[in-house]
Amino acid sequence: MNFDIGYMIEIIPELLVYIPITLYLAIVSMLIAVIIGVALSLILVNKIPAAVQLSKLYISFFRGTPVLVQLLMIYFGLPQLFPWLNSISAVNAAIIAFSLNTSAYLAEIFRAALTSVDKGQTEAAISTGLTYRQAVWGIVLPQAIRNAVPATGNMFIGLIKNSSLAFTIGVTELLAQGKLLATATLQFFEAYLAVGIIYWCMTILYSWLQKWYEAKINKPYEA
Amino acid sequence: MIKVSGLKKAFNNIEVLKDINFEVNDGETVAIIGPSGSGKSTLLRCLNYLEKPDAGLISIGGVTAETKKVKKSTINRLRMETAMVFQHYNLFKNKTALDNITYPLAASKKAGSEEAVKIGERLLRQVGILDKAKHYPVSLSGGQQQRVGIARALAVDPHALLFDEPTSSLDPEWVGEVLKVISDISKNDKTMIIVTHEMDFAREIADRVIFMADGNIVEEGHPAEVFDNPQNERTRKFLKKYMQRAADSQERTELELLTV
Repeated sequence: MNFDIGYMIEIIPELLVYIPITLYLAIVSMLIAVIIGVALSLILVNKIPAAVQLSKLYISFFRGTPVLVQLLMIYFGLPQLFPWLNSISAVNAAIIAFSLNTSAYLAEIFRAALTSVDKGQTEAAISTGLTYRQAVWGIVLPQAIRNAVPATGNMFIGLIKNSSLAFTIGVTELLAQGKLLATATLQFFEAYLAVGIIYWCMTILYSWLQKWYEAKINKPYEA
Repeated sequence: MIKVSGLKKAFNNIEVLKDINFEVNDGETVAIIGPSGSGKSTLLRCLNYLEKPDAGLISIGGVTAETKKVKKSTINRLRMETAMVFQHYNLFKNKTALDNITYPLAASKKAGSEEAVKIGERLLRQVGILDKAKHYPVSLSGGQQQRVGIARALAVDPHALLFDEPTSSLDPEWVGEVLKVISDISKNDKTMIIVTHEMDFAREIADRVIFMADGNIVEEGHPAEVFDNPQNERTRKFLKKYMQRAADSQERTELELLTV
C-alpha cells in the first residue's frame, strides 16, 4: 500500500487557506436562500392567488433538476440570454445557483414549520388585542423557527458540501485546490482525503453549534 | 352591554347559526348550554370575529360591527372589548406564565412594560399561581394553564369575558380549581358569557341561561326556570339525558371507589 500520511498532513495548511471562500459561498447563499424561502413559504401559507402557482413551479423546478445543471445554466447560459450578465463572476454565479436551489427546499421546510404551529396560538393572540401582524411576529414565528431549525441546519450542511461544485465553473475553493495539489504530485488519495476531512470537520463544528442553539431554544418547551 | 341580532353563520352550506338574537347586560353572567354541535362555540367565536359571521350585527361595549360592512379596524376594536378563555388554554408556548399576560398588554400598548408586570403579578396572585410566574406552559398542569389563561384574559380588562368550554379538556381533578376562579370573577360585576357543559356550575353562577340547539336559541331564562321547569321539549330532553349521564358517571365513580 502506498499511502503517504506525512504528505497529507503537510498539505492541510495549504487547503485551510480556502476555507474562507468555501464558507463565504455557503453562508451568503444560505442567507439569500432564507430570505427567498421565507417569502415563498408566506405565499404558500397565505395562499396568495397566482403567486402560489408561480411559487410551486419555482419550487418544483429547483428541486427537480440537479444543482450542477442549474449552476452551469446560470454561469454559461444566462449571459447568452442577457448579454449584460457577461461579466458575472464565477463566485457570484455560484452564489445565485446555490441560493435559488436551497430556497426551494427551505420554502417547503418553512411552510411546514409555520403550519405546524397550532392555530390556537394565533387565535389567543388576536383575541387578547394583538393585531394579526403582531401575532405572527411575536408568537407564531418564534415557534415556527424552533420547528424549522433542525431541517434548515441539514440544508446548511448540504450547502457547505455542495459549494464544492463551484469548482466546475472555475471557482478556486477547497476542492479545486485539493484537485490542483493532487494532479501536481499524483498523490490523489492523500489530497482528496485531506479535502474530505476538512469538510467533515466543518460540518462537525457546525453540528455542535446547532446542537447548542437547539438546546437553547428548546428550553421553554421542556417540562 | 352586548347586543347580537340576526347573527348567521354557515360552514360549507351547513347552517350552524340560524338567526341568533340576544342581549347581555353589563355585569351579567350568561351561561350558554346545549348539545354538541348546537352552535354555541361558534356563536362565542363570532362575537370576537375568530369566525366571521355571514350576517348580523354584533355590538359589544361601544363597538358595533355590522357583518356586511365591517372594517378591519372595527374588528380589532371589537377584539379589544373582549377577551377569550379557550378550551385548550392556548397559552403562548414560547412565553412564561407571566409573559403570557404581559406580552399582549405591552404589545397592544395597553400598559407600559413595568405596569404590565405589576398587573400580571397581581392577577397571577388572584388566580393563585404567582409562584409559577417564571414557568413555561409545558411545565404547568392543565388547571394551572387554564388559570393563567383566565388571568391573561382579565389583564386586558375587556368589556366582556368569553369562556369557551373552559373546563372541557381538563382532567377531573383540575376542574374544581378552575371553576372556583371563574366563580370568584363572576362576583366582581364582570360581563361574562360562558359556554359550558357543567350544568351545576352554570346554575350556580349564571344570572341567565341560554339553551341552544340546531343553531337556534331554544330557551332562555333564570337558571332555576330553565333547569327546574324547562318550557321547551328540546330543553327537557337534553337536561334529562344530561342528568342520566351524570348519574351514571356518579355510579361509576362510586363503583371505582369501591374496587380500589
